[in-house]
Amino acid sequence: MVAPAFTLMCLLLLGPLLGVIALSFTDYQLGSPQFSWIGLANYQDMFGDRVFWLSLRNTLTYVAIVVPAAVALGLAVALLIESGGSLRTWYRTIYFLPVMATLIAMSIVWEFMLHPQFGLINGLLHGIGFEGFSWLQDRRTALYALCVIGIWQALGFNMVLFLAGLVSIPRQLYDAAEIDGAHGAWARFRLVTWPMLGPTTVFVVVITGIRSFQVFDTVHVLTKGGPSKSSEVLIHTMYVESFEFFRSGYGAALTVVFLVFVLLLTLIKSALANRGVHYA
Amino acid sequence: MAKIELNGVRKTFDQTAILKGIDLTIEDGEFIALIGPSGCGKSTLLRIIAGLEPQSSGEVRIDGVQVDGVRPSARNLAMVFQSYALYPHLSVFDNIAVPLRMRRHSALARMPLIGRLHPERGRTERGIREDVERVAAQLELAALLKRKPGQLSGGQRQRVAVGRAIVRQPVGFLFDEPLSNLDAKLRVHMRAELAQLHRQLKATFVYVTHDQAEAMTMSSRIAVMIEGNIVQIGTPAEVYENPRDIRVAEFVGSPKINAMPGVIREDRGLEVLGRQLRLNTTAAAGRCTVCVRPERMELGPGPGAIAGIVTHLEHLGAEAFIHVKVDRIDLPLLARVSPDQQLPEIGSAIQLGFSASAVRAFDATGKRIDVTAPARSERVREKALG
Repeated sequence: MVAPAFTLMCLLLLGPLLGVIALSFTDYQLGSPQFSWIGLANYQDMFGDRVFWLSLRNTLTYVAIVVPAAVALGLAVALLIESGGSLRTWYRTIYFLPVMATLIAMSIVWEFMLHPQFGLINGLLHGIGFEGFSWLQDRRTALYALCVIGIWQALGFNMVLFLAGLVSIPRQLYDAAEIDGAHGAWARFRLVTWPMLGPTTVFVVVITGIRSFQVFDTVHVLTKGGPSKSSEVLIHTMYVESFEFFRSGYGAALTVVFLVFVLLLTLIKSALANRGVHYA
Repeated sequence: MAKIELNGVRKTFDQTAILKGIDLTIEDGEFIALIGPSGCGKSTLLRIIAGLEPQSSGEVRIDGVQVDGVRPSARNLAMVFQSYALYPHLSVFDNIAVPLRMRRHSALARMPLIGRLHPERGRTERGIREDVERVAAQLELAALLKRKPGQLSGGQRQRVAVGRAIVRQPVGFLFDEPLSNLDAKLRVHMRAELAQLHRQLKATFVYVTHDQAEAMTMSSRIAVMIEGNIVQIGTPAEVYENPRDIRVAEFVGSPKINAMPGVIREDRGLEVLGRQLRLNTTAAAGRCTVCVRPERMELGPGPGAIAGIVTHLEHLGAEAFIHVKVDRIDLPLLARVSPDQQLPEIGSAIQLGFSASAVRAFDATGKRIDVTAPARSERVREKALG
């Protein structure tokens, strides 16, 4: 029977999705008693809007920085922990803390750390003789400061996924590699670890990608997209349009654009999965 | 080719002694099987020979050279693993080529992308291709070179693992239960293939297994390991016919040897189940165990025969086993008979005997004790009982 699963899928996924798409063709405003169909006007508005392009570019920049860094660092930390000795559990817990902590609360901690006058970061920079930045208030650094927080937050989760992947690599493969003459950490990594982590890596990249596209809490708490839209990202624009300016129709159009990107990522993942990254 | 010598090899994991002083000399070109129940340390010993595991004390010599601290690949031994340990992302060709690439290419030539620009790479790669194809032809893998291990059957994977081992022409081969993941029919087939491979390569083979049929059929010598010690080394026939320890007698041979409680009397006579045997021994008086292989048990009445009840019959086509429950022994005694003869009914009473030459007696500590028939009895086949 497919009916129960299909019903649930319609109710929970397809229904709301179609609702959003339909809404993006209207001029509906939150709370207003009526609306009218305006066709593609929202999309025309959007593509003509400088803020949309800015927030799209910022989002893509954010993804392009956070995904490689969080994946590479997550893998590096996982490899270090796996090769380490007695303190393994301890390290694992510490690196996983940012994942468990509420990001909003953590954002406030970061706000203190990045504070221009009495923040820890600038304090350290002063200590070694550098001029600090007003990290979150400077349009040159705001987006990158958010990227660092994003990497910090995603790293622990990626590490746990990579650790699980590392544990499932059969030990005998390393023995075979040793017998075959793969000396040294790099040769072993190239011959066994990296290829065997293939499925995990695809998953980690896609998950990190989707989560980076969704970046919102840090932006909302720390910069509100500023200064002068330099850290404006897609979901934040969507939030502002829908819930501060009550332009629900326009917000829905932005959502559709966002969904297209997430869908693309998902398609890339399933294409890679079918291309035999999974081993029988 | 290699002679492998082990002197006083010990291995301890967290205060648990796994190997308790192994002395073993494996001759050049020999096929030796290490057998023993699981947990006896045979795989650990193999890993120490391979260099995958350091010994706690003692030394390993290959061709007279001490190899402590020598990397596994530099010992020039190949190993075939129980799970085959093929690289799942590489094709059959690449799997077999890995040991050659690791040896013949410099580290620079193995680098991704830039390695392709290395001047020597092309020539070396052609040499590798020739060698891999030669081995593939030898193992009938030529048609499968492009496949991934996941697309192969168990027997084919096994062959790829062997191919990866022989392609670099090592001096010795180490096999860690290589056939235990195959189904019974294929196992028999691969047994013959491996024995043939040994005749062909004339290299030293060290073969770890818990399956005594593999050890008996392929190897020139068997080393029986029990609880971290080599208890007996000898040809398969010797180990089977002449076990030096009751644990060897019980481990080698399927079904298990029949063990009956016995007594060595003050006058050096031997008794089993309260019946006197026409056998003498030089061992000190005390309790002992009298063992007889199932195929040496004889059915039928006679003076002093052991009486019992048939509890179970196993008809295997070419042979049949009769399980006989006897008073004072927990396990039933087994007798192997030809299925041509009339098999007794389950539940019926039966009498068992055995000839003097079939008796293998062990003292209370499990050591073999010599028994002799008194001088007056000259017929070898004279029954000890019945």
